[in-house]
Amino acid sequence: MNAPFLRLSGVSKRFGGVLALDRIDWDVMPGEVHCLVGENGCGKSTLIKIVAGVHPPDPGSVVAIEEHDVLPLTPARAHALGVQVIFQDLSLFPNLSVAENVGIAQVLTGLARPARFAAMREVARATLQRLAFDLPLDARVSDLPVAERQIVAICRGLAARARLLFMDEPTASLTRAEVNRLLAIVARLKAEGIAVVFVSHRLDEVVEIAERVTVLRDGRKVGTYAAAEVDERRIASLMTGLELNSGIVARDLAGAAPLLEVRGLSRDGEYSDVSFTLRAGEVLGLTGLLGAGRTELALSLFGMTRPDAGTIAVDGRTVTLRSNHDAICAGIAYLSEDRLNLGLNLRQSIGDNIVLAVLDRLRGALGLLSGAQRRATAARWVDRLNIRIPGLDHPVHTLSGGNQQRVVLAKWLATSPKILILDSPTVGVDIRNKQGIYEIVRGLAAEGVGILLISDEIEEVFATCDRVLHMRGGRIAGEAIPGRVSEAALRAQVYA
Amino acid sequence: MPERLRRSHEAWLLAVILVLGAVLAAIAPGFLTPGNFVDLIETYSVQGILALGLFVVLVSGGIDISFAATASVAQYLAAWLAARLHMPGIVCIPAGLLAGVALGAINATLIHFVRVTSIIATIATMSVYFALLMYFTGGKLISDLPDWWTDRIVFVQWQNAEGDLVRITLPIVMLVVAALFTWLMMTRSTAGRQLYAMGGNPESARRVGVAIGRLHYLAYGFLGFMAALGGIIQAHRVGESVPNAMYGSELTVLSAAVLGGASLSGGVGSVPGVLLGIVLLAILQNGLNLLGVSPYFFQIVIGLVILISTSFTMLATRGRHARRRVAAPAAGD
Repeated sequence: MNAPFLRLSGVSKRFGGVLALDRIDWDVMPGEVHCLVGENGCGKSTLIKIVAGVHPPDPGSVVAIEEHDVLPLTPARAHALGVQVIFQDLSLFPNLSVAENVGIAQVLTGLARPARFAAMREVARATLQRLAFDLPLDARVSDLPVAERQIVAICRGLAARARLLFMDEPTASLTRAEVNRLLAIVARLKAEGIAVVFVSHRLDEVVEIAERVTVLRDGRKVGTYAAAEVDERRIASLMTGLELNSGIVARDLAGAAPLLEVRGLSRDGEYSDVSFTLRAGEVLGLTGLLGAGRTELALSLFGMTRPDAGTIAVDGRTVTLRSNHDAICAGIAYLSEDRLNLGLNLRQSIGDNIVLAVLDRLRGALGLLSGAQRRATAARWVDRLNIRIPGLDHPVHTLSGGNQQRVVLAKWLATSPKILILDSPTVGVDIRNKQGIYEIVRGLAAEGVGILLISDEIEEVFATCDRVLHMRGGRIAGEAIPGRVSEAALRAQVYA
Repeated sequence: MPERLRRSHEAWLLAVILVLGAVLAAIAPGFLTPGNFVDLIETYSVQGILALGLFVVLVSGGIDISFAATASVAQYLAAWLAARLHMPGIVCIPAGLLAGVALGAINATLIHFVRVTSIIATIATMSVYFALLMYFTGGKLISDLPDWWTDRIVFVQWQNAEGDLVRITLPIVMLVVAALFTWLMMTRSTAGRQLYAMGGNPESARRVGVAIGRLHYLAYGFLGFMAALGGIIQAHRVGESVPNAMYGSELTVLSAAVLGGASLSGGVGSVPGVLLGIVLLAILQNGLNLLGVSPYFFQIVIGLVILISTSFTMLATRGRHARRRVAAPAAGD
């Protein structure tokens, strides 16, 4: 009973110059529900990938399962040892049926064998039954809602005789009812002696069923604690290394001039009847579950998609945004959620990225681009946002996540926007850079820029915004003012 | 429901073929005779075999446009062995097929180990394979193929009431055998299901322990084999080996596979679909021919048919997704 199922000692992993994991010692007991928490970029994902055999750890690391050294690991070997990971993206095959996804192991043996459909269906049926869950075996996975896809992913892990199940951010896109259903399933697994490790940067719902909590920070293990000993607040401060003051900065700006007025905005299948006002100098939070329509709304405000109904007014004048060019002209800037794919051209230089959105304004004589002006503009923003760079000519991909995010910010701030839409600006950014970005946001607001901050981290919007809206199912479901409503109350509303 | 949706692409295709066939039969005399129909299948048998091979690569999530060059190389090699060195068929044909598999394996190596994008890799190898063939042969055709290769082999023949002779010949039989084998492999073998899984989500496939490398070799090697088979059959039909006879058929074959429902993003498509795609192209071309329409016009029609068919599929998928997005949050409340 007292032998751990999984034991790590001195596990390190270096990616290029970055030490992602630094001598981690860690264990998971059989049948335990364990919580692995840490900020984005703390090394959680790297740790899972090492145990799953996706990345080899650095020499000197030890990974043992039932006290046997199991390195070197491959994904297939990890599976054989009973380690299954349910990645955040679920790693399902959208083009295949539920039965084939669950029973995929049945067709993984060799190439020239008959595919045993009957066995596959039987495995899928039996596994779903084990979880007391009913799904059509022939349904194609791409036709299922996210919560049910997650069930399919769990079933696949179980069907492969999992003894240790990692769940990476399993609750990120679930409603409270769906989370409860998931927790009930975890309780069943525990009763069968299967260890479950939740990996999360959200704490509330996970801590309530975990026995132990391990906190990672900047690639190091801070410690492992009995769940009963620590509360949410304590874990948060362990995760960040900061004594978090409840630092509410909300100001009452009801008297300020309305900058952006949205009335009855709808787009079929994405969001409906959205109305709100953003005032000059205000930081307005927009939160909600993944898929609540936040990003879809932002894309329409930035002219990337056309709403079916409703009006958008900037400075009291109704505008029609046919393209993002119109939006930029109207003084709107948008920092996309996926900065690496949409916000930056990683192979181009830092300087070129910063001036990309303002090339029109940098024309000198004869309408040609002026190199000197280009450099001056880029240098000004690098200085102003305190971006740490080796030089303006270096490609953006040489920078850390936090500095890359500042480059995107610089690019949009160079357009001198009146309205700045930030979509999940701190995802993948470490805690110090996060604080830096919050300071920049507050600074811009103080200059009169209206900011719409989209984020699914409640603590982020709570501590940064003057007012918070939350969306559910494409509608604005409520409004909260930090300080007048507690963080816990806001959280309860959003995940209700 | 999803089963029905998946089948519906083939059902649609069949409906289009029936309607088109009825229209052509009404306005083009001679279209709807068994003789014409069987001839048509024989004419398209080589392209059908190539399309079956390409379909497997498309399902795996890749693309290969070097297959026509591969077919030419394999055909010419076998023809050279037979006509110049007077080797027996038992040597020439396996040698040709082996050459096809080897060229396919080169593509797989470039794609899997060197990690060149499949379209770039195969554009390059198409050019190299074909240019090497032209360089070494000087473009000279081999017209003195031995009889064992060029003699027509008729499995069944009968005469109908109008006196038409209907013959089931070797190319038709080979197409049927190739289709059956491909169908069995893709639907009933572990390899086929792994190919579908890999095409659907390559990263997930790697994570669950699918041996991606082996599957790349299987898919591109299989296409190489089918290309060589197609090449050998093509020489059998025309009675000679012309180095550039098949070069340029890439797009027609790709069109057939895409019309049949194979997706360029991988993981989707079926053997019946591919066969229906070939049939659709065949009756279009033949029908327009019988109507005396210019061959240039045929190209316009092919282009339009592909555009309409793929837009239709895209729009249908988008409609389904939009509906789902609205439905999902409501279900959670």
